[in-house]
Order: sequence, then structure tokens, then C-alpha cells
Amino acid sequence: MKANRISLTFSSLPQNVTVARMLASTIGAQLDLPINELEEIKVAVSEAVSNSIIHGYDNSPDNSVSLELEVSEDNLTIKVIDTGCGIKDIKQAMQASFSTDPERMGLGFIFMQSFMDDLQVESSLGSGTKVTMVKRINRQHPSSH
Amino acid sequence: MKKRLERQTLHLYVDGELDMKTASQLKNMIDIDIDKKGIRTVVLHMDDLHFIDSSGLGVILGRYKKLLPLGGQIKLTNVPPNLYRIMELSGLPKIIEFSQEETAL
Repeated sequence: MKANRISLTFSSLPQNVTVARMLASTIGAQLDLPINELEEIKVAVSEAVSNSIIHGYDNSPDNSVSLELEVSEDNLTIKVIDTGCGIKDIKQAMQASFSTDPERMGLGFIFMQSFMDDLQVESSLGSGTKVTMVKRINRQHPSSH
Repeated sequence: MKKRLERQTLHLYVDGELDMKTASQLKNMIDIDIDKKGIRTVVLHMDDLHFIDSSGLGVILGRYKKLLPLGGQIKLTNVPPNLYRIMELSGLPKIIEFSQEETAL
């Protein structure tokens, strides 16, 4: 498998959450990841991009979110980057059922953590947030390609 | 999205993907019927739902919280197994009634 890199920058619009997760899932499918793992990637990307739009930009559509996908021998690395308000307390934000909005479940980071093999969050107040998630590619079974 | 009103019960046939965009549409649709038509039971038929994330789950939980003090309830039926796994992780099945029905529409 050759290394591959894709990056996509899009407006902070709700309909682009679909675009982001479909792209990530398409790349996952090219790596022959099983369907349940593709589902997990879709949820994780959806959570990260939704967080950027809802919390990072307070639902303002005039900003940009970047999605970076990197395929290496063993990993699919997915980065979701915004230049929004940043997270005040990352530890608190990553706890179950912590949400600043009563209509939301506060599960975004829990889903990212549960569905990906590694999750890192870097954030600084006023300048943005970068979420890096890794899905390991299990190559025990030789690929037919 | 197909819907059917039956006395005080709203049946919604949720299809496609439930994320931050479609979840807010679903929320508005349900809330109008609760507020204007006195709906007290909402049944979400999930047969044709392909994707859900925490925005979608949040709207379901939010309707549960809205209906509870009104003496109402929300029920989910025919949730596809791959989506049930995600719902289970959210703890939703502990507070909301899930069912499977054999009959088609």
C-alpha cells in the first residue's frame, strides 16, 4: 500500500459534515477496512467536524474546517482542524456527558475515543482545535490487490 | 420522511442519515406536533436509517426530556443492528423503549 495524503478544506456548514465522513469512509474502504470499522470512522469524523462547527465556530457558517487524511503502512490518520474558539478544558470536554448544551449528549469525544485506536486533542483558546485520530490497519490477511 | 398521526401518537419513518443537519430538522418536526397538535407519544421507525451520531442521539434524548413532564413518551422501533451498537454505547436503551416489529408499514 502506497502512502497517500488527502486534504480538504470546507465551509463550516452542517451539510459538509456528510461530505467529510463520506470521504474518510471512502479512503477506509480503499484500505479494505471491515464495514463495522468504516461505520466507526464515519461516526468519529462526524463528531469531530460537528464539534468544530457547533462549538468551535458557534454554528457560524463563514469559517473553514480542514480534514486531513493520511494513509501509511499501518495507519489511517485523520485530522480535523478548525480555527475556532478553542476548548477551555480539554479533560472536562472529553468526559462522558459533559456538554455545554442540554440538547446534546456530550458524547462526541467518547465516540471518537471508543471508535478510533488513538485520539489526541490539541487546543488553544481563541486560536482553534486540532483533533488527531488514528485507525490501525490490520494487514494480517493478504490483500487481493 | 414519512409521518402518520394517530390520535395523540406521531409515527415518523426516519430514513437516511441523522447528523447535526438532519437532526435539527427532525427536532423541529417533532416539536411542532408536540406543541401545536398535542402529540404525547412519538414512535420513531428506524428501518431505513443508515447513520446516526451524537447529534441524532441528542435530539432523541431531547424529545424524551421534553415529553416526560407532559406525561408523554418516545419509542424507537426497528433500529438496524449496526446503529443499535452506537445507541447502546450512548446509554439510550436504558431510558428509552426499543422494540422490533415484524409487520411492514
